[in-house]
Amino acid sequence: MQRTFFRTTALGLALFGNLQAQTDFTKDVQPIFAKSCYGCHGAKKQMGGLRLDSKTLAFAGGQSGKSIQPANAAESTLYQRVAGIGDQARMPMGGKLDAEQIATIRKWIDQGAAWPDGAGTEVTAIKKHWAFIPPQRPAAPAVSNPRWVVNPIDSFILARLDKEGLQPSPEADRVTLLRRVSLDLIGLPPTIAEVDAFVKDKSKHAYEKQVDRLLQSPHYGERWGRHWLDAARYADSDGYEKDKIRQVWAYRDWVIKAFNRDLPYSQFVIEQLAGDLLPNPTQDQRVATGFLRNSMINEEGGVDPEQFRMEAMFDRIDAIGKSVLGVTIQCAQCHNHKFDPLTQEEYYKIFAFLNNSHEANIPVYTPDEQRMRSDLFRRIKEIESDVQHRSPDWQTRMAAWEAQVKTGQPEWTVLKPAVDDISNGGQKYIPAKDGSMLAQGYAPTKHRVKMTVKTDVQNITAFQLELLNDPNLPMGGPGRSLKGTGALTEFEVEAASADAPEKITKIKFSKATADINLPETVLDPMFNDKTDKRRVTGPIEFAIDGKDETAWGIDAGPGLRNQPRKAVFTAETPISNPKGTILIFYLKQNHGGWNSDDNQNHNLGRMRLSLTTAANAEADPLPKNVREMLSIPADQRTQAQTQSVFAYWRTTVPEWKEANTTIAGLWKQHPEGSVQLVMQAREDPRETHILTRGDFLQPAKQVNPGVPSFLNPLPVDAPVNRLTFARWLVDRQAPTTARALVNRMWQNYFGIGLVSTSEDLGKQSEAPSHPEVLDWLAVEFMERGWSMKAVHRLIVTSATYKQSSKVIPDLYTRDPYNRLLARGPRFRVEAEIVRDIALSASGLLNPKVGGPSVNPPAPEFLFLPPSSYGPKVWIESKGDERYRRALYTFRYRSIPYPMLQTFDAPNGDISCVRRSRSNTPLQALTTLNEPMFLESARALALRTLLEGGKNDEQRIAYAVRRCLSRKPTASETAELTNLLTKETQHFEGSNTKPWELATADPAKPPALPKGTTPAQLAGWTAVSRVLLNLDETITKE
Amino acid sequence: MNMKPNQIARRWFMEQCGVGLGAMALGHLCGVKGLASDNPLAPKQPHFAPKAKNIIFLFMAGAPSHLEMFDYKPQLAKFDGTLPPADLLKGYRAAFINPNSKLLGPKFKFAKYGQSGAELSELLPHLAKVVDDISIVKSMTTDAFNHAPGQILMNTGSQLFGRPSMGSWVTYGLGSESQDLPAFVVTSSGKKGPSGGNSCWGSGFLPTVYQGVQFRGSGDPVLYLSNPPGVDNELQRNSLDSIKKLNQMRLDVTGDPEIATRINSFEMAFRMQTSAPELMDLAKEPKHILEMYGAEPGKPSFANNCLMARRLVERGVRYVQLFHEAWDQHGNLVKDIKQNCIDTDQACAALVQDLKQRGMLKDTLVVWGGEFGRTPMVQGGNDGRDHHPNAFTMWMAGGGIKPGITLGETDELGFNVVKDKVHVHDLHATILQLLGFDHKKLTYRFQGRDFRLTDVHGNVVPQLLA
Repeated sequence: MQRTFFRTTALGLALFGNLQAQTDFTKDVQPIFAKSCYGCHGAKKQMGGLRLDSKTLAFAGGQSGKSIQPANAAESTLYQRVAGIGDQARMPMGGKLDAEQIATIRKWIDQGAAWPDGAGTEVTAIKKHWAFIPPQRPAAPAVSNPRWVVNPIDSFILARLDKEGLQPSPEADRVTLLRRVSLDLIGLPPTIAEVDAFVKDKSKHAYEKQVDRLLQSPHYGERWGRHWLDAARYADSDGYEKDKIRQVWAYRDWVIKAFNRDLPYSQFVIEQLAGDLLPNPTQDQRVATGFLRNSMINEEGGVDPEQFRMEAMFDRIDAIGKSVLGVTIQCAQCHNHKFDPLTQEEYYKIFAFLNNSHEANIPVYTPDEQRMRSDLFRRIKEIESDVQHRSPDWQTRMAAWEAQVKTGQPEWTVLKPAVDDISNGGQKYIPAKDGSMLAQGYAPTKHRVKMTVKTDVQNITAFQLELLNDPNLPMGGPGRSLKGTGALTEFEVEAASADAPEKITKIKFSKATADINLPETVLDPMFNDKTDKRRVTGPIEFAIDGKDETAWGIDAGPGLRNQPRKAVFTAETPISNPKGTILIFYLKQNHGGWNSDDNQNHNLGRMRLSLTTAANAEADPLPKNVREMLSIPADQRTQAQTQSVFAYWRTTVPEWKEANTTIAGLWKQHPEGSVQLVMQAREDPRETHILTRGDFLQPAKQVNPGVPSFLNPLPVDAPVNRLTFARWLVDRQAPTTARALVNRMWQNYFGIGLVSTSEDLGKQSEAPSHPEVLDWLAVEFMERGWSMKAVHRLIVTSATYKQSSKVIPDLYTRDPYNRLLARGPRFRVEAEIVRDIALSASGLLNPKVGGPSVNPPAPEFLFLPPSSYGPKVWIESKGDERYRRALYTFRYRSIPYPMLQTFDAPNGDISCVRRSRSNTPLQALTTLNEPMFLESARALALRTLLEGGKNDEQRIAYAVRRCLSRKPTASETAELTNLLTKETQHFEGSNTKPWELATADPAKPPALPKGTTPAQLAGWTAVSRVLLNLDETITKE
Repeated sequence: MNMKPNQIARRWFMEQCGVGLGAMALGHLCGVKGLASDNPLAPKQPHFAPKAKNIIFLFMAGAPSHLEMFDYKPQLAKFDGTLPPADLLKGYRAAFINPNSKLLGPKFKFAKYGQSGAELSELLPHLAKVVDDISIVKSMTTDAFNHAPGQILMNTGSQLFGRPSMGSWVTYGLGSESQDLPAFVVTSSGKKGPSGGNSCWGSGFLPTVYQGVQFRGSGDPVLYLSNPPGVDNELQRNSLDSIKKLNQMRLDVTGDPEIATRINSFEMAFRMQTSAPELMDLAKEPKHILEMYGAEPGKPSFANNCLMARRLVERGVRYVQLFHEAWDQHGNLVKDIKQNCIDTDQACAALVQDLKQRGMLKDTLVVWGGEFGRTPMVQGGNDGRDHHPNAFTMWMAGGGIKPGITLGETDELGFNVVKDKVHVHDLHATILQLLGFDHKKLTYRFQGRDFRLTDVHGNVVPQLLA
């Protein structure tokens, strides 16, 4: 109401006030611009690409088009925006012009918008923001001390220090340097032996050798992969309320491996955005697209899956913006970007590239499993060849069989029933064009869905239920369980004449047939419903036996379970109603577990109902793909197709029973594999629309895929698809891609990026501290084949990096953040490395790389209500697995692992390219009291007694070196000796329990070195605990 | 100024009184550029004199039914069992039900209470006694109708994850007044944890020091608070003394003030080891206070958490948020909501009363409410309601809230707000206003943009201000 009122008033005044006088631009209009517009549309800022202090640029307009249409104020966006006409935000932001000013502007435009030459500035082009111009290699400047310079990074840094009248710091000592570069490159401190070797190495390239060694370590990928995983918002659960476990560690391992083999960053990005679209993509390339799938998934009850697919799409674009482009693009989801020249339409053009994919879930196999599989397939093929060899006429016989089974299939009429909203238990049944329905959203573990349809078909004899694959189901379905299986507890049909819908009769079935009838099997523990009932799956009869404990099951075992299936239910008497029949289907699916908030559903995934009038209809025993191949003439089939037909046919031939049994036995050895969320292109593309205010219920104009005009253009001849988009991101002309990455690498070394706002290099970013370093590194990066290891080598071998990190008092006051880099970096290490250092110092660390995430000790209550929404699974890892590097710790988004969260690890809700670095009492409590830190202290104590030397002084030096790499000073040794003596004496006293401190299970104490006492071990445990809690221990100096 | 590293360090040590300068270069509050010396939790002044210094948010997760508790609709009773008017449902989406489901009349009796004559259902006999101290808002509305997005919106101002929670915004704006407790404390009770998970009290893109810290009603109130096995207080103190001395030695060598902060963190941790158990020890409360809340020491409950909230505020904790997830009555409405009110009504009322009798209510804002309301339409047979974003009720008390008023109205069915609509963003703007902030100016620069709790929305609700 209020808005209309103002609008009318403004308009009224414009129309009727002050009609005749001629406006004078400089006297009447320009002052308004200067006072109210220049702030955002002047020399400093050009929001929306508009500048109003220059005649040329004012008439050129901005992103919203021409702002001034002379003699037509009504059509001029300038007038519309100040008068509050139309949907766009009213200008000026944060305060309106008064009615008289608005009238003045209107009059001035209507009178022809005369703007005398020379009024305003003479600028004729808006200067392009530095980051949007592709980087050029800057020449290295002259410096005061060329001998200090190792590579051009140092020239740029020193030139700046020269200008400021500052000196670089001396090089750090060797021990500090090796610890620094080890923590930086592999995230682990050096061993004592490594330190000694380096200190002793007098060769010229001693340091470079260490750098090479570290870059070749498999732990390099863990260290730098983790940074990328922050940007890729990696987590092991879905997020939102249910926050169910997801298996995506294959993606995490792909990242680690990609870093280790120094996959060029360009390829690294391409595979993550479009690996599935590369020619003959490998499993790894498909797994890489998990990057896009790390978005959260909401399967709480009552969600509209499309709404949350859209949220996931927004999240993907945000992740690409932060991690690859280094430009904030998500603002343009709702409106044109205010600061960067990105329009809302351009945002949705990017969106369109990503919008044509299935949210797919595929089985994946480790290299060992892949070997097992190819071995298995080879052996099966050998047996089949042998059978063929021994029956030379097999082709003729198969043709005869084909002729026999080819015809005689009943005709099925597909039904498109309506699903009852209450009976679906919160699960959405999404209809497709082919009449099938895809189960999505919340997955109840027990429900009986009701579906109703009216048909005019008479003499209905049987119903068919097809279970179909779908890329969006776990492992492709056809069920919704973690393995893509489902179970049909009961299939029920009721019928009524269309003219008497209340008179419902239950249909009795004379028989049921299916293309798979497995023996009776007790349910897998994952479907435990906490009842005492013996719940089983088995043949199709179980679906019409009226028993809640039995169900039709389709789990044919690994490698075979994810196939389409069908069942046919024959009515005792055919159904006819002259006015048509209302059919009510009930698909009871009660074979899930007790907890709908976990992955315990056992539902059907994609299903289709049909009916027939044929007599004696039965389920077609032929698999769907074989049936389809039969329609291809035998001589036109590929070898693989012939083989598939044969593979089915042979199972029907009695004389090959032995071979068939052997092959069936081989299939049982097929590995289970794991799953991975991936992108998979849809054959049926979606239309993309601009969404008004980002609301998926308000689609506006349709848009085609495209890229923002302020960035490099798309290649001309390439197909417009996700792959081309990915290649465009890493084009040599892409202005921000290389800069964004090298800036983040710099940030991870020096604590702060060359551009401190590393998630955004756009116009609102902070100016780079050393623009030349940024550009030089970006160009080097690209020209060295996008090799990340090459950039690491440049940085860590620079004199800049090798400086001592001691704080210089004067300098501190002047440059508290060390932006000028007159000293080396000194920072507390990241969360994961805090733990890794403790494990490594104590010798407990299990250095295994990759594999499923692990569950080190955590307080149980965290995973139970009311701390967690639903009860979550956290089965503490045993043995070595609890000592894995912290990056393998299982990550629930809603219940972050406390130790990691306390030390600022992000939880993966959204992409994060810059972590906080806090220093809090909760961190102190963690390193003092958390069980893994105590375990580490105990292990370090025992190891010190075993290996640390002959006397306490040697042992103290040993323990200190395991934590700090350096040797202790005399006063440090004195302090630690003092503590050791005091605590050992204490534990030697009566009424003390040294084992309680010194070991996890005092009933089973470890063997002590000869001549040592439990009190000594307790004393050493106290000392070790102190060492693990030192600031320096968890700091890169 | 020519100082040796250890001199700098000492000066630092003197200046630093709290936690971490790790989150450096990040202060953009009120246009004051952060310096490395800034302790991110140092007490700060808001934009203007605040009415409320503390806030206790009783978050009723799962979405309580306004129709059974606060918003009496005789017409809904009258039309029980009939279909809602078709044009009411235009464009309406429901989570579970077909929106065109029959109306379900209110299940409980209502009456007017207090001098203000506020209408409450029989489920809330205790709140009825303090009704003149609270302000009821019947005209709340939100954008989300699924739990996780709804809770995230109520707690962070956005349905999208990744934004800072209100508690972290307030902590960012005000800092901490407590030397030995966190500034923002969270507790959970009820059947489940909140649907939004940790993100309900996360710090989003704000520095992590501002995130809420979970306190538990039994066992260690804060994770890893107790000494590990075999470590008694003497050993803990001796160890801390050694850690301090060794850290001090390193500080003298490197001059990095971050070490001074670390020393402080350990000292505060040690203090917390004493102060937190003391805080949690409800047995220290007199019997009549325990009875007033219905609290039983050692037996975790919402009532215990309410009493603990008061104790936290007394000890300088700025922002206390209680999550009680129990209100999602798709079915079993009558039985469950009755039980929920038995579990919570007395303690909520006691909290208001107790704060008042201690003179704390004037500067402590109490907020009660969930993420959305419930449909006037039935779900299932005749004993459940679905999620409903269009209208719901919250109440507030103290901290500059005008007491004894009922704001806003819904239509005859409790479906839409018809008067004095208060959106979640408006609620946030109002809460910040009471705490002394112009919600448009409490901003943080991230991704090239100044973000705020209310994003581009929010209007202070003047009728609610005393």
